[in-house]
Amino acid sequence: MTDPEILRYTRDTGDFSRLITSIPYASFIGLQCDQFGDDLIFRLPAKDQNLGNPILPSIHGGVIGGFMELSAAIYLMLAQETIRMPRIVNFSLDYLRAGLDRETYAECQLTRQGNRVANVMITAWQKSRSKPISTARAHFLLED
Amino acid sequence: MDDKIRADRVTRFIETLNQARELGLSVIETTEFSLTLCLPYSDRIIGNPDTGVIHGGAITTLMDTTSGSVMLGAMDVFELCPTLDLRVDYMRPAEPRKPVYARAEVYKMTRNIIFTRCEAYQEGGETVANCVGTFMRIGPDALPKAYREKITGGPV
Repeated sequence: MTDPEILRYTRDTGDFSRLITSIPYASFIGLQCDQFGDDLIFRLPAKDQNLGNPILPSIHGGVIGGFMELSAAIYLMLAQETIRMPRIVNFSLDYLRAGLDRETYAECQLTRQGNRVANVMITAWQKSRSKPISTARAHFLLED
Repeated sequence: MDDKIRADRVTRFIETLNQARELGLSVIETTEFSLTLCLPYSDRIIGNPDTGVIHGGAITTLMDTTSGSVMLGAMDVFELCPTLDLRVDYMRPAEPRKPVYARAEVYKMTRNIIFTRCEAYQEGGETVANCVGTFMRIGPDALPKAYREKITGGPV
């Protein structure tokens, strides 16, 4: 999947621009990532093309899902000691509030890392971290 | 309501969703309890540049849109049904440079909740992903009349 050299560069510098540019879907939805110490915060700036419901208006639920799924994959790639490419097995997503037309944030947590499978929790929020718009759980298969 | 009216309503509905337009989603077939949409292949939604395989997020959006529009065929008056939850199982990577189809069906509809299942597949019939979802009924009055009439294609 992602070039190991780009992964190393990202890990060493904390600069996510090369990694994001290498994944067309990340640019398609406009995903960004910032590193604070060891923590990663993923960002999805407001974008007209990402909207679903035009009346509210709100972000398309599928885009919120894609954003969280891609955040989890990038998080997991960087959380590994060795360079291993995660492959998504499944994804379970609860929508808690409408994602309004504004910047969205996500953070991930590695719930359990086995030999071959990893379980990642993802939380997405907008105005306040204490009011998540969506939570998700993903299983990834790790291959050498 | 016949299947032509159903297909026209779904087409008008998904055309109001920016992201569905951006992905180029189109209606293939509509019945009272089922709906098939098509996601054309595009370089812009690639998740793995080495193989050209599209990202799961685009498939999630395809399945969310299909599952969230399938109930239009069963409702005389248009209601927008927000997604409560989705569970997506990925069976195999989608083959590059080929469209992905999603066929959703409503298997239970109550006053408050709609239960759907959906399969994403490609030509030849190999399943790419499966999805079950629940959607909430917020009632037709939650939407402006003008928007409802736009989707329905006339006064409601």
